Amino acid sequence: MNRKQRIMLMRIALSAIMVASLSFIPVSGVLRFILYMAAYLIVGYDILLKAIRGIINGQVFDECFLMAIATVGAVALALYERSGDYTEAVAVMLFYQVGELFQSYAVGKSRKNITELMDIRPDYANIEKDGKLERVDPDDVEKGSVIIVQPGEKVPIDGIVIEGESSLNTSALTGESLPRDIHAGDGIISGSINLSGVLRIRTEKEFGESTVSKILDLVENASSRKSRSEDFISKFARVYTPAVCLSALVLAVLPPLFLMLTGNAPIWETWIYRALTFLVISCPCALVISIPLSFFAGIGGASNAGILIKGSNYLETLSKTKIVVFDKTGTLTEGVFEVIGIHHGTIDDEKIIEYAALAESASSHPISKSLQKAYGMEIDRSRVTGIEEISGNGIKAVVDGHDVACGNDKLMRSLGIEPVMCHSTGTIIHVAIDGRYSGHIVISDVIKKHSEEAIRALKDIGIRKTVMLTGDARKAAESVAEKVGADEVYSELLPSDKVEKVEELIAGKGSDEKLAFVGDGINDAPVLGRADIGIAMGAMGSDAAIEAADVVLMDDDPLKIAKAIRISRKCLRIVYENIVFAIGIKLICLILGAVGIADMWLAIFADVGVMIIAVLNAIRALNVKKL
Amino acid sequence: MKKTYGIEVDCANCADKMELAASKTEGVKACTVNFMMQKMIIEFQEGADRDSVMDNVRKNCRKVEKDCEIFI
Repeated sequence: MNRKQRIMLMRIALSAIMVASLSFIPVSGVLRFILYMAAYLIVGYDILLKAIRGIINGQVFDECFLMAIATVGAVALALYERSGDYTEAVAVMLFYQVGELFQSYAVGKSRKNITELMDIRPDYANIEKDGKLERVDPDDVEKGSVIIVQPGEKVPIDGIVIEGESSLNTSALTGESLPRDIHAGDGIISGSINLSGVLRIRTEKEFGESTVSKILDLVENASSRKSRSEDFISKFARVYTPAVCLSALVLAVLPPLFLMLTGNAPIWETWIYRALTFLVISCPCALVISIPLSFFAGIGGASNAGILIKGSNYLETLSKTKIVVFDKTGTLTEGVFEVIGIHHGTIDDEKIIEYAALAESASSHPISKSLQKAYGMEIDRSRVTGIEEISGNGIKAVVDGHDVACGNDKLMRSLGIEPVMCHSTGTIIHVAIDGRYSGHIVISDVIKKHSEEAIRALKDIGIRKTVMLTGDARKAAESVAEKVGADEVYSELLPSDKVEKVEELIAGKGSDEKLAFVGDGINDAPVLGRADIGIAMGAMGSDAAIEAADVVLMDDDPLKIAKAIRISRKCLRIVYENIVFAIGIKLICLILGAVGIADMWLAIFADVGVMIIAVLNAIRALNVKKL
Repeated sequence: MKKTYGIEVDCANCADKMELAASKTEGVKACTVNFMMQKMIIEFQEGADRDSVMDNVRKNCRKVEKDCEIFI
């Protein structure tokens, strides 16, 4: 609680004690009035002042005005009726203030919780100076400096580890709880927490350009983009209060006039009392606070699960997604090549891999990387001599004294060797040793572990159609699509074709259905922008993706797509619950108040109670762990 | 030209009112108030003098919500 809230609490307590003891002390007349008014002013003077200031500044219809009119009216009625019953007026003000206090406390508290959840901001960076560690502001660290991160500290700036070994907790970034091992030479991303060893890191970016700053910026600005529901509520609130005031006025004046004209007693007191009740019920706080709070909690919960959503409007769109379009490479597949088979070998498979890996050892091409990975042992370069690269076709080299040629069928034929053609999809490396054909290696992009499960999960939550787009050859594309279970596949597309395809799909869907495009963000930026909602995967390294996408999945897991949709639906459900619940209860109470069934006490529930329930409901959006 | 200011405001409705008041201030092209982050993002019109515009923004916001604070 801050100072303002503590003072408010004191005022409420003092006033409550006064009212409680006054009900036991038999005072009457002017003294009674003065004592009750003291209690009233202690708890509500600021509301009266605000109401007056509002009128002076032309901002008549706000909640302070409603409360001021209602309570002053109740006091005036008590004076007029000579009943001496001022309790109601004081109680209304008292409960209104209790509600306001709770609201500011609960909202402040949940605001803090959510921001803490998202708080990955590093406070300092360690720099070594004259053999001693010195803490400096990460903003002051220049690109290319060496920083030191001790166990338990956050990595403040992106860079490369130059010394040390450790494991990292990246859960704040990716939602993944398994620690990740890191060694000298590896790239390191700011925002992760160093768990075990001391790391020396050469920074590659400035703090402002580092991953952690970018994420913070994105998340903090997320709730500035307002959703349609939020817009609806603020517009609603703007017309609502004047409308209610007008209705209250009508309620106070018209029925008595009508009664008078028909020759009955006008009973002004009753109708004025009903109008005042009407005013108390009508405060718009419950709506106005709970809707943005729900969105904020939803975005906070999602970011804790490794899903960054750039705005409440995107949360809304995501919940209406019916078609999901995937890019293949890097999204459904790993985007890295792996040896998936060795066929027609005339010698041991291991030997073929060994010779191929050695022959290709000088190349940095992804294909040779995958060969070296499959070989799995240290490459002894001294065993390889006479490397000759035949551009676009392959490599010839001498390994352990044997002539080794590896490459495509053209290379084999140019050497006078007839290769055995392969029926598998992927890149085929033929290997010949000492002029004799020894077999071929099939290298292919592998499908991600969760791709199939991810598409099934999407089907389970009612996604109507899943589509795969790729620039790859038809055969490879269709085999992947079949394995993961995508409904449609379009292959051999250039980036511009992808945009066209997405536009076609958008044109062909229902107006209430939204289309999401999922890509790895490296060359998908135009498509990400064109889709109703663009989701970038594993984009921690790619700035372009963070820029272009509306939703960023911080790890590579396609399962998170379904999770993101489920989070958005839960959040939107809570938003609608709150809208319907708050407006519904108020409407019922307004009607009850107008016909005289509801008194001030029910009115207070309709205002403060509904607000409290709506706020508590909104907080539920934060809990997304089990979705 | 966009700039973000920290603000202090107690209720969401008041934040909405501040947003409206700031948007109507001369020299302001657009304004978003983010109640949750307690931030005000102002997009200035071209050639507007930021300091004097912000003084007016604060004045106008105080008119609709006396307790608010904008950290300029």
